[in-house]
Amino acid sequence: MNPMNSTMNALAALGRSVMYALARMGRMAIFGFSAFSHMVRPPYYPREFANALLNIGWLSLPVVGLTAVFTGGALALQIYSGGARFNAEAVVPQIVAIGMVRELGPVLVGLMIAARVTSSIAAEIATMKVTEQIDALVTLSTHPMKYLVAPRVLAALITVPVLVGVGDIIGIAGGYVVAVQNLGFNAAAYLQNTVDFLEINDVTSSLAKGAVFGVIAALMGCYYGMDSGRGAQGVGRATKGSVETAAILILAANFVLTGVFFSI
Amino acid sequence: MIRMTGVKKAFGDNRVLQGMDLHIPRGSSMVIIGGSGTGKSVALKCILGLIQPDAGTIMVDGKPAGKGDRDAFLARFGMLFQGGALFDSLPVWQNVAFRLLRGSLARPQDEAREVAIEKLRRVGLKPEVADLLPAELSGGMQKRVGLARAIAAEPEIIFFDEPTTGLDPIMAGVINDLIREIVTEMGATAMTITHDMTSVRAIADNVAMLHDGVIQWTGPVADMDNSGDPYLDQFIHGRAEGPIEAVR
Repeated sequence: MNPMNSTMNALAALGRSVMYALARMGRMAIFGFSAFSHMVRPPYYPREFANALLNIGWLSLPVVGLTAVFTGGALALQIYSGGARFNAEAVVPQIVAIGMVRELGPVLVGLMIAARVTSSIAAEIATMKVTEQIDALVTLSTHPMKYLVAPRVLAALITVPVLVGVGDIIGIAGGYVVAVQNLGFNAAAYLQNTVDFLEINDVTSSLAKGAVFGVIAALMGCYYGMDSGRGAQGVGRATKGSVETAAILILAANFVLTGVFFSI
Repeated sequence: MIRMTGVKKAFGDNRVLQGMDLHIPRGSSMVIIGGSGTGKSVALKCILGLIQPDAGTIMVDGKPAGKGDRDAFLARFGMLFQGGALFDSLPVWQNVAFRLLRGSLARPQDEAREVAIEKLRRVGLKPEVADLLPAELSGGMQKRVGLARAIAAEPEIIFFDEPTTGLDPIMAGVINDLIREIVTEMGATAMTITHDMTSVRAIADNVAMLHDGVIQWTGPVADMDNSGDPYLDQFIHGRAEGPIEAVR
């Protein structure tokens, strides 16, 4: 094949991929604006909102708690053994606190919500689309964005920061248990050091990240569900795509938000 | 009541509707027949505004479909979907009373439940079914629940999308009889799409055959067997030979 043609074909394929990605980002942005606009305009569906609060918030507590407690414990062990290399074992309470609250708490909770909630929302809405339930909603004079999307996004916006707060506390508690039981730290001194070291900005940034990650997780689940193709394969692709995109967007948003909150 | 003129719809290179003309008079039962993939469901979804046609006009009561107050427009319709399209997360009675629990037709919950149970009774289901989830019902029961939901708000126009697909012949006969009875007693305008010729004879006042994106033949059901139209003859007798290609 002519090398010039090969190069042009490769560039054309790259261009198509970029155009496709940009078009998809544009559709996601429009979908997000539409979701927020439906959130603030009646009619409202309080029952759907309550169900979403339960599913996204309350039922995610076990997985968030377990993730946080093991991460906090492992973090304490790592800091203790790593700190021993330069006689800094004593900083375990401070580093566990700052690590959990500023970074690991919100990111891990966000990723667990992407795994648990985004996938579930995408699969549910995609199945509704495949089985014509979305069309049925429309024929019953019910807007799918209002009935399916707005309650889930609002519930995630409210509950994920709470989950992050709970995750931060449980993670610190995990570190505390390991430090006091295994590493010989004084219980009262550990707690005092934790409280003294944390600043209000650490906590607010953690909760703000939770709100952003919650919106990303719910929006991606809804977007991919509503955009799903036909059949079981369409549902599978929607679910996989929603979790991948939510996870990447959460990590990217975490980088940006960390820069915004803590840039020196 | 419903008039489609020159309606066209394509999906990419696939030109599904290529200038469909159809008139459904008020209070009549029109059945649209045609092979799989000929655009019957697309035509129905165009009327409801679930799909936007590329060209042509659709008038309902002399007014363009989809213009003006969309909720008020859709409140005039009831629809039985091919697979039932019942909401998995809601019990049967809330599926039936869905429109009566929210929006402009909202009623108190007790009243909506009573209406739902009455409509379930009308389609031959016992009140005990009301609190079951759709997944706990057989295919025939799901169709009946879908039918109850379609008539719950007493619509002027009812659409039936393949109402007997997937049902055994006895249950199909029950559903056909129910549709005919309900349409007659409500005085509703009905549009049914099906390939089931037993359904056609049981439900239809008028029949239209859709082929190659246009209405190939339309007329009263009594004239269907002597239409002289080779497409219709081949279809209703299920012959492999004829102007319609068997492999499409």
